Amino acid sequence: MSEAVQHDEFDHAVADPYALPMDSSFDVARGSIFQQDKQWGYFDRLRKESPVHFCDSSEIFGPYWSVTKYKDIMHVDTHHDIFSSEGGITIGDQDEDFTLPMFIAMDPPKHDLQRAVVSPVVAPMNLVKLEDTIRTRAAGLLDALPVGEKIDWVDNISIELTTQMLATLFDFPFEDRRKLTRWSDVATAAPESGIIDSEDQRREELIECLTTFTELFQLRQKNPGENDLITMLAHGEATKDLPERPLELLGNIILLIVGGNDTTRNSITGGVLALNQNPAEYDKLRDNPSLIPSMVPEIIRWQTPLAHMRRRALQDTELNGQKIRQGDKVVMWYVSGNRDEDVIERPYDFIIDRAKPRQHLSFGFGIHRCMGNRLAEMQLRIVWEEILKRFEMVEVVGEPERIFSSFVKGYSTLPVVLHPKK
Amino acid sequence: MRGHNVANVTFIQFSGEETTVDGTIGDSVMKIATDNLVPGIDADCGGECSCATCHVLIPEVWLEKVGIAREQENSMLDLNPDRQDNSRLSCQIELTNDLDGLVVNIPEFQY
Ligand code: HEM
Ligand code: FES
Repeated sequence: MSEAVQHDEFDHAVADPYALPMDSSFDVARGSIFQQDKQWGYFDRLRKESPVHFCDSSEIFGPYWSVTKYKDIMHVDTHHDIFSSEGGITIGDQDEDFTLPMFIAMDPPKHDLQRAVVSPVVAPMNLVKLEDTIRTRAAGLLDALPVGEKIDWVDNISIELTTQMLATLFDFPFEDRRKLTRWSDVATAAPESGIIDSEDQRREELIECLTTFTELFQLRQKNPGENDLITMLAHGEATKDLPERPLELLGNIILLIVGGNDTTRNSITGGVLALNQNPAEYDKLRDNPSLIPSMVPEIIRWQTPLAHMRRRALQDTELNGQKIRQGDKVVMWYVSGNRDEDVIERPYDFIIDRAKPRQHLSFGFGIHRCMGNRLAEMQLRIVWEEILKRFEMVEVVGEPERIFSSFVKGYSTLPVVLHPKK
Repeated sequence: MRGHNVANVTFIQFSGEETTVDGTIGDSVMKIATDNLVPGIDADCGGECSCATCHVLIPEVWLEKVGIAREQENSMLDLNPDRQDNSRLSCQIELTNDLDGLVVNIPEFQY
C-alpha cells in the first residue's frame, strides 16, 4: 500500500478528461486527479468507450490495465486462479527489501491458511462483545467536543475515533493509542512522503511495533483479557505460538491495523460530507434514525475508501474483448464500478434507504473480500447512532482537502461546526 | 394439485421462527428467500458465489439430496470461521422437483 500518502511534488494541472485522446496515454492512476476529485469524468469515459483499458504512459507505475465496469471487476475478483494477488495489491510495486508476509497479498493455499488463523477474531459473535466499549468511548469523545465553533472533523473525530477503536480491538494501552496510527502510517508510507526518512527508520519503528505486541501477547497469555484480539490470538490453537514466527506475527498485526485505519477514518468523514451535500437525506435520517444500518453501506459505497485493488495475470486471458497477457498488471477500479449505472440505480446519488445497499464493490468480492467488513459497518453504525443522539447537524463549513493518492481515497481535513440538538 | 414448476421451501430462523414459501423450479434457494423477503440472507454479491453472506445449514435428512459444495463455493465457505459440516451457500443450491419440501436453517449471523 506504499503510495498511500505520497505527496505531489509538481501539483500537476488535471486535464479535462473529454479533451484527451482515448488511447494508451489515457492515464487515470494519478494522485492529483483524485486529490482534486476529478476522477469521475475519467471513469465515465472509460466505462463508456474503453471499459477494459490499457495504459502505458504512467511513469510512476508502468503499464497497467484499468477494469472499470462492475461485472468485469467481479470477474477479476472471483478468478484468483487467473488474477493473482501475490507480490502486492496496489498499482505501485511493493518495496522488495522489507516485505511483511500478509495474506492480503498471497494466493491460495497460503492465503486461506493464514486468513483462517486470524478471521475468528472478527467473527460476528466476537463483535457483539466489543460493541459496548466502542460505544462508551465514542460517546466520551463526542461529549467533549466544542459546539458552535469551527473544528477539523478529520483530526478531531475521524482519526481519534478510529484510533480509539483500534485500541479497543487490541485492548492496547489507551494512553499509547496514537502509536497504532503511527505504525499504520509508517508501514504504508511512500519513501518520499516525509513520514519516514529512510528504510532503516521504517524497519526500526516496525521492530518496536513487534516488540510491543510480543510483550502484550505474552502478558495476555498469562492474564487473558476479556474480548480483545490479542487475547484471542494468544489462546487460539493455531496462533498461540505466533511469537516464534515474528514476521508472521508482525505481518498479521500490521494488516489488522492498516486494514481498519484509513478505510474507517475516511468513511467517517465521507458520511458527513455526503449528508451535507444531500440535505434531504440528512432530514430523512433525522426523522428516522432506524435508517442508520442501511445508510452505513451506502456511505461505504459512496466513499469507496480504497479506490482500487490490483492483480497480476498468471496466464494469457481475455476480458470483455481485450487480450490480457501473462504478467500484466490489472487494476480493478472499485471507485468506478460503484458508479456503474448498469448495476447500480442512480449511482451518483447518495440514497440512505436503497433496496440493496450492500451491493457495492468497496469491500471487494471473492476469497480476499474484506475480512473486517462487519466490524467496519458496526463501527460506523455506532458512531452515527451516537452523533444523532447529540447533534442536530454536523455542518460542513468549507471545502475538504483530499489525499494525493489513487489508492486511499480520502480526506486530510474537513472543516465543520457542530450544532447541538435542541 | 401442485404445478410442476413450483416446490416449497421452509426457512428456519436462528430464533426458531419458520417461514414456508413457494419457489420456482430452477431458481436458487437464495433468490427464493430474498424474493419472499425472508430475513437473514444478505446475498451481497447477488448470487455470484463471491460474498458468502447467503450461508445456510442443511438438516441431516436433506443433505444427500442437496449435495455438497463445489470448489468455488467451498473456498468461499472456508472464509467463514463459523462454517459447519452441513454449511452451504444458498445461491448455489438450485431448486428441483426433488427438493420439494426442503428445509434449511439460517445461522445467527451472516459472515
Ligand atoms: C470501510 C472500511 C473498509 C474498507 C472499504 C475495506 C476494504 C477492503 C478491500 C477492498 C479489501 C481487499 C478485497 C480484495 O482484494 O478483493 C480488504 C481486505 C482486507 N481488509 Fe478491509 N476494509 C475496511 C475495513 C477493514 C477493517 C476495519 C479491518 C480490520 C480487521 C479490515 C481488514 C482487512 C483484511 C485483513 C483484509 C485482507 C483479506 C484477504 O486478503 O483475505 N478491513 N478490505
Ligand atoms: S449471494 Fe453471495 S455467495 Fe451467495
